[in-house]
Amino acid sequence: MTTTPRSGTRAPSRDAVLTAAALALGDDALVLSHRLGEWVGHAPVLEEEVALSNIALDLLGQARVLLSMAGDEDELAFLREERAFRNLQLVEQPNGDFAHTIARQLYFSTYQYLLHTELAAGDGPLAPLAGKAVKEVAYHRDHAEQWTLRLGDGTDTGHTRMQRAVDALWRYTGEMFQPVEGLDVDWPDLETSWLERITQVLGRATLTVPGSPRTGAWAAGAGRQGLHTESFGRMLAEMQHLHRSHPGAAW
Amino acid sequence: MATAVDSVGADAGDSADGGAEYERAFDAAVAADERIEPRDWMPDAYRATLVRQIAQHAHSEIIGMQPEANWITRAPSLRRKAILMAKVQDEAGHGLYLYSAAETLGTGRDELLDKLHSGRQKYSSIFNYPTLTWADVGAIGWLVDGAAITNQVPLCRCSYGPYARAMVRICKEESFHQRQGYELLLALSRGTPEQHAMAQDAVDRWWWPSLMMFGPPDTESQHSAQSMAWKIKRHSNDELRQRFVDICVPQAESLGLTLPDPDLRWNEERGQHDFGPIDWTEFRDVLAGNGPCNEERLTRRRRAHEEGAWVRESAAAHAAKHTTGETGATHG
Repeated sequence: MTTTPRSGTRAPSRDAVLTAAALALGDDALVLSHRLGEWVGHAPVLEEEVALSNIALDLLGQARVLLSMAGDEDELAFLREERAFRNLQLVEQPNGDFAHTIARQLYFSTYQYLLHTELAAGDGPLAPLAGKAVKEVAYHRDHAEQWTLRLGDGTDTGHTRMQRAVDALWRYTGEMFQPVEGLDVDWPDLETSWLERITQVLGRATLTVPGSPRTGAWAAGAGRQGLHTESFGRMLAEMQHLHRSHPGAAW
Repeated sequence: MATAVDSVGADAGDSADGGAEYERAFDAAVAADERIEPRDWMPDAYRATLVRQIAQHAHSEIIGMQPEANWITRAPSLRRKAILMAKVQDEAGHGLYLYSAAETLGTGRDELLDKLHSGRQKYSSIFNYPTLTWADVGAIGWLVDGAAITNQVPLCRCSYGPYARAMVRICKEESFHQRQGYELLLALSRGTPEQHAMAQDAVDRWWWPSLMMFGPPDTESQHSAQSMAWKIKRHSNDELRQRFVDICVPQAESLGLTLPDPDLRWNEERGQHDFGPIDWTEFRDVLAGNGPCNEERLTRRRRAHEEGAWVRESAAAHAAKHTTGETGATHG
């Protein structure tokens, strides 16, 4: 069974490249799904209990397909250490208030929509999956954009909180455009399209596009190399503890 | 459609005679198993009983998300995690259907939520028990959803149309949840010795509270007689409880788990199972707010509502700014 890709002395095979790409995208979906799952029972309005869990479920579905391409989904989800996860740092960021969750959704779903549209149009092994995912992600992006408008251009409190969230997560957006090996994507073009869309939405929401750097002190792409933020280890501890407590058990 | 009620003259209610005529038409509609609809005349007490029952049912769906959501972040496989998330999402949806059904009776969701948050309206006592292990998720599916279905299937024929129709949709999803819970317990029961013990422990803790879900014994049930006369309820608490016990006993056997009742045995004469006495003191304590999790459940719900106030206010302000539609909420 294939598990985490190891850097070897030989050039990676085509399969290893595909595995690494599936793992990167699968981890994004898995980790964000988990974060959204933490909202259940806490949402500001009942319709959002439904919407957030719906998005979480879509992402979990995507994660399961992708991780299964890379190996055994449960082994990969529950038995890897923090350093072996390849997700973006953006998706592991704690939920914060509703505005932080929406800003994270806005940034990620806009990226995911553009990425999957491009993958779906290509003839790579991920094209069928991307074709299905893009329909779900279109809904996720719409949800995030609507809320960005409601919060940004609603009350003063909403505006302040939304601006704060947009600013706080900005430094995690640069790593989305670090090329992932095995994905045939025009990354600079993807980044341009992403920036255009985000600029347009933030403008309509009367919010200011942050002028700060889009990467932190870590090199961009840190998450893809298994370098994560502090809260991520705690998230994994919770996610994995039951599975790890019963080695070899079936559920 | 309650045509018998519709056919009464529009201004008949203005006179005492007319009021009596409305009442006769309502009684006749109920007797003929016709559905009462939102715009039909109905006795005030019928309306009040339905508001109370439907609202408490809706509250139970919403509070009932908590004990299960407690395990979403710890589910032991991705398949189980997806199933659990889908289930909790269904519950939020059930809450929304039910609040809508209650709103057809002239109340509002906000008002009902206020009553929940202030403790003036209740939710099912079962959700005041904690989920201590993963197996509790299975026990809730099998026993709690099983008891809910036993209670709710007859409500699909309830005399009030919007409630009956909501129950048809809800029961379909509930029976799916119940099978998933059973299947979860079966996997544990047939798993490692530790998993089997976990399943047995969960069933031991959830069995009696599930039997309490049918409400007080018939001799003490204050609303039963009137609800049955109005065909809101179709069977008594004790009848439904007995039916549930009779369904569960063979299921427990095929699960390879035991039910924690030394008095449980088949009664040849009655053709039903005898079972041991329910601890009604515990039931009343939980109902009165002194169960293991009453405080946590309400506090969490209130906090979600309070912490979300700014979000709801901002959405309302945005909608007010953009009602003319130049930009805003309807654009993609």
